[in-house]
Amino acid sequence: MKALILVGGYGTRLRPLTLTVPKPLVEFCNKPILLHQVEALVKLGIKISLSHEKEPLGTAGPLALARELLTDNEEPFFVLNSDVICDFPFDDMLRFHQQQGREGTIVVTKVEEPSKYGVVVYEGDTGRIHRFVEKPQVFVSNKINAGMYIFSPAMLRRIQLRPTSIEKEIFPVMAEEGHLYAMELQGFWMDIGQPKDFLTGMCMYLQSVRQQAPERLRSGPGFLGNVLVDPTAVIGENCTIGPNVTIGAGVVLEDGVRVKRCTVLKGAHIRSHSWLESCIVGWSSSVGQWVRMENVTVLGEDVIVNDELYINGANVLPHKSIADSVPEPRIIM
Amino acid sequence: MLKAVILIGGPQKGTRFRPLSFEVPKPLFPVAGVPMLQHHIEACSKLPNMKEILLIGFYQPNEEINRFLSCAQQDFKISIRYLQEYAALGTGGGIYHFRDQILSGSPEAFFVMNADVCSEFPLPEMLDFQKEHGDAYSFVILGTTANRKQSLNYGCIVENEQTDEVLHYVEKPSTFVSDIINCGIYLFTPEIFQHIGTVFQKNQQDMLLYYDEGEEQSNGWHRAEVIRLEQDIFTALAGQGKLYVYKTDRFWSQIKSAGSAIYASRLYLNQYHTTHPERLATNREGGPKTRGKCFMSERALYAGLLMHFFYFILGNVYIHPTANIDPTAVLGPNVSIGTGVTIGAGVRVRESIILHGATLQDHSCVLNSIVGWGSTIGKWARVEGTPSDPNPNDPYAKIDSETLFRDGKLTPSITILGCNVNIPSEVIILNSIVLPHKDLNRSFKNQIIL
Repeated sequence: MKALILVGGYGTRLRPLTLTVPKPLVEFCNKPILLHQVEALVKLGIKISLSHEKEPLGTAGPLALARELLTDNEEPFFVLNSDVICDFPFDDMLRFHQQQGREGTIVVTKVEEPSKYGVVVYEGDTGRIHRFVEKPQVFVSNKINAGMYIFSPAMLRRIQLRPTSIEKEIFPVMAEEGHLYAMELQGFWMDIGQPKDFLTGMCMYLQSVRQQAPERLRSGPGFLGNVLVDPTAVIGENCTIGPNVTIGAGVVLEDGVRVKRCTVLKGAHIRSHSWLESCIVGWSSSVGQWVRMENVTVLGEDVIVNDELYINGANVLPHKSIADSVPEPRIIM
Repeated sequence: MLKAVILIGGPQKGTRFRPLSFEVPKPLFPVAGVPMLQHHIEACSKLPNMKEILLIGFYQPNEEINRFLSCAQQDFKISIRYLQEYAALGTGGGIYHFRDQILSGSPEAFFVMNADVCSEFPLPEMLDFQKEHGDAYSFVILGTTANRKQSLNYGCIVENEQTDEVLHYVEKPSTFVSDIINCGIYLFTPEIFQHIGTVFQKNQQDMLLYYDEGEEQSNGWHRAEVIRLEQDIFTALAGQGKLYVYKTDRFWSQIKSAGSAIYASRLYLNQYHTTHPERLATNREGGPKTRGKCFMSERALYAGLLMHFFYFILGNVYIHPTANIDPTAVLGPNVSIGTGVTIGAGVRVRESIILHGATLQDHSCVLNSIVGWGSTIGKWARVEGTPSDPNPNDPYAKIDSETLFRDGKLTPSITILGCNVNIPSEVIILNSIVLPHKDLNRSFKNQIIL
């Protein structure tokens, strides 16, 4: 079986991190985003194809481009949006799809605020999809498209090789013809394409690690809740780390540091007595002593924050030095 | 024989110093580790002919004032008395009311000073200046230079550049008059009371007129006995060959708001290098020290960042001997730590005053703030204000008296925690004023918390 992972895109919502590294390679809980999906697929014995768009082809066009690769046998194939993190239900998807015997299955998930996404209206008992509504103004349904599909090769005839939106142009037709079914996802789900959701997704993922493989998490004095620490990280004395923290390779945390709900990427250095909450600290960045950072502050690669500053919701581009406090959220170029 | 009079005001005065003035009379608020008044008294007691210091104000006698007076008398071996006005009589009315006390013993001259100024007190120089200018009865005002814009907030002095005589005096004009301003420190001779007496008589006659016309005897400011030196005396004396100005370029500042107390502390702490080096804290023996692991990446070296040796003291810091400070704390510049203060591990304090009995728990950070008596700051908490210091590039700039609100919002200024305020762990208190006996439970920014 095959899987096609859509990694196109400029990753603009995850800037400044994506100014240095393409989004699929940004580490989410100490593993590149893409690798989370790839590892889950490899467990099923799936071969992975690469497809390079010379120009953006939207969300459906890439399938047409990869037509040869996907149709060398009659087996169904997966299509995945690379921003999605969850407990990947690939075998359930396969089983469900084969049971339905139709052309397409979409995974849907329940969310609290559906109008931020594309909403799916389907029959509860069969799963047959009636229609889609993109970002509805009034409540239609709380199930949204989770960005994971499984298709029979036959559906490729519907897609032409040009920029095409699978949600707007292909799915509505398939739904009308009764060829599109919804499978509800159990467990957590997050689109980690922007910093706020990246951190929320991290909390959910760490919670699922706690349930499935708690030995991966760090515990002991100075560690609260779910904390993932790379073995090469160095943590000083009298620190309190967590809950919901990811510490990357080679990170140094000096004495007396307090970190909560943060991702600290590879090689970063947090100096003593600083306090961080809900932040993403970019690769090789350096945060000074007695710094307070909060409110989804994102530091790009190699950012230096001077001692004793207060950084509230700053979005800091790579290689920048911050010498003054940022008391209200803003972007620092 | 010389005397000095210090005008200390009363509870209705100095309201810009709230909430700190709720606990302690403003003239006793510690600046650079000692009560504001003590700096005046010290300067006076250095003059060999100084026989007595009189404090005039309208505070009710209270424990703090009495205790301060008895300690000061012992320390400085000079007679210090508090004369309480029966009502607020103004800067001239008070000394006039107590003129007999001031003149008893026949001093040749006496200084009059406002309590809420911070100064290098060039008193010997003023005495010499007086002998060289005018006749034996002339009066001297201490003046300093301000920038044009700020001079409007002070008493402005126009002088004759050759003779140093005061030609014209206006208190807080609305248009520019002069950049020489009144420092609130004067040297008078007994003859001043004749001039004040003249004004007093005139006021009484005016009062009688009003009374005749059936108007009620008004209170406070309309009493005949209320006389203001600045508006009522200096303005009249200017240009009469009696009033002279001695200009100084040494440090001087008003202490009207809490923010100016931190600035005044800085000025006095700096002066301690020459006057009281024993009051300045120094680094622990052995100088700079490193801790266990030395956290420093190659990149940091390459970027030219300083290695983080854990210094204890930066710049000028006053620490009371009874304070308890963890060796990993970093204090200064411009920090005063009061009696019995506890400072935990990894605490950072800069440009702040920590008052008696306060506790700063581990890893907390206090910048540009005043932490009130007995207050507690939780772990990793950040208490931060915005300094209102004068422009360092302008040598004549003075500290601004900003209004409390501007454009409907609280003007960012020093953060003040009143007495017994508890700040929980891990929060930030930014540009806020917290009234006494308050337990906070979350972060606050740009607010007054009642």
